[in-house]
Amino acid sequence: MRFETTIGLEIHVELSTASKMFCGCSALFGGEPNTHTCPGCLGHPGSLPVTNRQAVAYGIMLALALNCEIAPRSIFHRKNYFYPDMPKNYQISQYDVPLSSGGSLEIDMGDYIRRVGITRVHLEEDTGKSIHVGESGRIHGADFSLEDFNRAGIPLAEIVTEPHLKSPEEARVFLQSLRSIIIYLGISDCKMEEGSLRCDANISISADERIGTKVEVKNMNSFKSLYRALVFEEERQRSLLQEGKTIVQETRHWDESNGVAIPMRTKEEAFDYRYFPEPDLVPLELDPTWVEEIRKKIPELPAAKLERFQSQYSLPQDVAMVLVGEEEMADFFERSADSKASPVEIGKWMVGDISAILNEKGISIKEAPISPQMLGELVLLLEERTISSKMAKEVLLEVFETGKSPRSIVEEKNLLQITDEKELEKIIDEVMAENSKAVDDFRSGKEQALKFLIGNVMKKTRGKANPSLVSDMVRRKLSS
Amino acid sequence: MDFKNKLIRKSALELAKLIATGELSAEEVTSAFLERIEEAEPRLHAFINLFPDFAFEEVSRMEARFQKDGENTPFAGVPVAVKDDLSTKELLTTCGSKMLENFVPVYDATVVKKVKDAGVVLLGKTNMDEFAAGSSTETSYFGPTMNPWDTSRVPGGSSGGSAAAVASYEVPWAIGSDTGGSIRQPASFCGIVGMKPTYGLVSRYGLTAFASSLDQVGPMARNVKDCAAMLGVIAGHDSLDGTSIQVEIPGYSGMLGGNVKGVKVGVVKELAGESIEAGVLDLFNRSLDLLEGLGACVEEVSLPSLKYALSVYSIIASAEASSNLARYDGVRYGFRTDEPVEDVWEMYAKTRAEGFGMEVKRRIMLGTYVLSAGHYDQYYSKAQMIRTLIAEDFSSAWEKCDLLVSPTSPTTAFQLGEKLVDPLKMYMADMCTIPVNLAGIPAISIPCGLSDGLPVGFQIMGPPLGELKVLDVAYAMEGAIGFEEKTAEKVLPS
Amino acid sequence: MAISEEEVEHIAKLSAFFLSDEEKKVFAKQLSEVLDCADVISEVDTSNVKPTSYITNLVNVLREDEVKPSLSIEEVMKNAPHVYEGVFKVPRII
Repeated sequence: MRFETTIGLEIHVELSTASKMFCGCSALFGGEPNTHTCPGCLGHPGSLPVTNRQAVAYGIMLALALNCEIAPRSIFHRKNYFYPDMPKNYQISQYDVPLSSGGSLEIDMGDYIRRVGITRVHLEEDTGKSIHVGESGRIHGADFSLEDFNRAGIPLAEIVTEPHLKSPEEARVFLQSLRSIIIYLGISDCKMEEGSLRCDANISISADERIGTKVEVKNMNSFKSLYRALVFEEERQRSLLQEGKTIVQETRHWDESNGVAIPMRTKEEAFDYRYFPEPDLVPLELDPTWVEEIRKKIPELPAAKLERFQSQYSLPQDVAMVLVGEEEMADFFERSADSKASPVEIGKWMVGDISAILNEKGISIKEAPISPQMLGELVLLLEERTISSKMAKEVLLEVFETGKSPRSIVEEKNLLQITDEKELEKIIDEVMAENSKAVDDFRSGKEQALKFLIGNVMKKTRGKANPSLVSDMVRRKLSS
Repeated sequence: MDFKNKLIRKSALELAKLIATGELSAEEVTSAFLERIEEAEPRLHAFINLFPDFAFEEVSRMEARFQKDGENTPFAGVPVAVKDDLSTKELLTTCGSKMLENFVPVYDATVVKKVKDAGVVLLGKTNMDEFAAGSSTETSYFGPTMNPWDTSRVPGGSSGGSAAAVASYEVPWAIGSDTGGSIRQPASFCGIVGMKPTYGLVSRYGLTAFASSLDQVGPMARNVKDCAAMLGVIAGHDSLDGTSIQVEIPGYSGMLGGNVKGVKVGVVKELAGESIEAGVLDLFNRSLDLLEGLGACVEEVSLPSLKYALSVYSIIASAEASSNLARYDGVRYGFRTDEPVEDVWEMYAKTRAEGFGMEVKRRIMLGTYVLSAGHYDQYYSKAQMIRTLIAEDFSSAWEKCDLLVSPTSPTTAFQLGEKLVDPLKMYMADMCTIPVNLAGIPAISIPCGLSDGLPVGFQIMGPPLGELKVLDVAYAMEGAIGFEEKTAEKVLPS
Repeated sequence: MAISEEEVEHIAKLSAFFLSDEEKKVFAKQLSEVLDCADVISEVDTSNVKPTSYITNLVNVLREDEVKPSLSIEEVMKNAPHVYEGVFKVPRII
């Protein structure tokens, strides 16, 4: 049988406004339970929603970044269903007249580009959080639950894709690209572990051209778990099809610790949401000049930056991709590349040693004690042959330890490379005198002896000599 | 008449003046009305909760405020009653439901805040149909309110408590809410003035929502000028209500001249026909003559879509209500079942089964049905389209008429229990008032006489934000009819 | 337009309340009557008519993104029917 996987994603992003979507409570993550709530967050009688301008602006910005059309008129709907984390037992969302629709995002899969249609980007409010109390701490087997409404009402942008993704890997790359864009826009911190970026997936497998059955998978809270859940589901559906069995249309819950997606028990009525226009919120008829103002605020996005880094700085694609992947890294790079040092070398240092140190220390480039100027200086010292690359690595570590500039570290520690040929000649002569056997060995054709001599010169200079210069000079002396 | 009986029969504006000039103290006024309430309540049950201690505290707070910075508020010391669906901070707000029997709000509705800022003293919260679902105040969990003209009859509803309290001199004025006639119809049944303002003129923040696109808060009083004065207190833009209109509020009560000459008045054919009780229609027609006598041009107009108003209303109002009433689930506040439950779903089902009365359940069910899969287009969406046609009918009428008129209710106050068992008959009680809410326009009901000893209401409707015109014509008619002067002694004598 | 008791039961479930058998009967009858009456609207020609969801002409009512003080935790929990360690408590969700 020939199988084809089809995946569509539904992504929720918490927008990093100061206040909530429809009230003035703080939209900060966490806090003691229910301390960020007001009559609206608690669904008290008579409370009313009023829309946050910034949340709308962020929604528009995201929609524009994903090439969506902004609807000249959009409205909010009520989505009606009962759940204890819903203070009004309806969620204010958008339904058939959303903020925007018809966008696309191209993702780079290395060998090919996949263009993924964006069905829509719309705005809604987040729900509260249920904390399940009992031995397992999970919903199943809990004795009871506690309700915290701090999250209720935090603005969410919902992004729905067309079913254009063809593999779990494409889904992962899509989500990473989207996250990167959102972080560039500065409209969400996109922390999957804190739930500010959440992703549900629809996956179906067609066998021999027969249309597949859609299964929804929920509760993936990392890129890895999105990938694993989709691989699991892909395998499961494939083997069922191979056995000639049918796939049940259902919603499954990804259980990360056991690596399985289990069917969710649902109430039969759960799907009749009885959407109707929210009478408490008048329509949005967005002024095109406002939309244009927002468009102008969109920074250079990852794809454009990648292209520019390659053409402007001649960065190799892999280096450019790593740098562009995180806006902070990209900014750091550009500011560093402003120096006289070679951008390519700066880029290599950033994706190499610096990334390694950052990973090890578990900090971001912003938090690191190194400045873009310092990195430029370090690379320049290296390019001027003032220090060796081995020394450069040491200096870099020292920069991370002390926060001092590379040049001052080099001066303090007397690490300046000996490039004065006269001084070097003196040392080489000493070494050759002390090791006459090696000199003889080389002259009788033992190439090995040369390395021994160079090594001794380096030892004597405590590594401060320029190795290639030493090599040239020793060779010259030996053949004279 | 003794001091108390004289005092309680004064209008709100008279009381305000007497208090301001020092002829009466706010305490005296508060005490007199509380005394009247104590005397009348056993026969009326207009209030769900009374707050005498709070009222006296308010009076002293107000006086302290006055002494401290010489600030005097326009209506300082005048008592008021507020319908129990408006949120009052630290004071029980039950909405006439078991669901909220012990609910103590943490904030004041904007209207309540405005009333307090004006120095008006809240004496208590008035009875109402449960969550405003009803036209007789009989569906209140706390038992019905009686009509002060005949205590075997209903006061109308859902703001029946406010209407009865004003009519029986328990308070000079009150605040109600009107979704399909809930201010005007009880005003009509109780022989007082009640006004539903333009949708968006008065903030809904803190008004327990029944049908959000129809609900509007409004004043109730024994005369048009008091009614206008209270409208001036509560109207105005509120940033906490996203449907609130930004508009300058005229000093309504000071601008009434009673000028009717040349005003073009349309009699709505669809609301003044055979479905109106003979006695009511007779008084209505006599009032039309009177209007003409005052110089108005009266002619009949037809708004053909109004034929569907009742159906459209029952669909839209119940749909919105089904969603608005979903929040009463026993999780964050309010009643929760004492029965053992397996899980949260069973807790919801038992809490809501025990906490809501029959009429509320009936409307939730109807609303859920018309919104549910497979019925939305046939009912909800269709109703919204006909709502457009109704609004358009009104718009065309304003091209020919300055105002429209009709009886407020097809009948006078009916007997307690008479229509409770038949929802359809009950819904008919609002047939003349409903179109106004659907169109979002202002309308007032003023008493125009007695039919078999029971008051009859005359409804005047105006274009959006036409409050002043509506009030002015009402004011002129009131002077010509002289209703209160003729009847003051008839209502619930001591 | 007759509504069956099964339909009534389904709607009651969506509305999240139990109905007794007696109530189901009453509601089936009454809802049928009300809907029969409402069915009159089907005779109206509404082609090319836009639905009215909002009766004002207001659009774009937006507030600035400013944080206002939240309620005190005492106010938040004041009316709570069931509380566990200061948080709203509900029966298990399953």
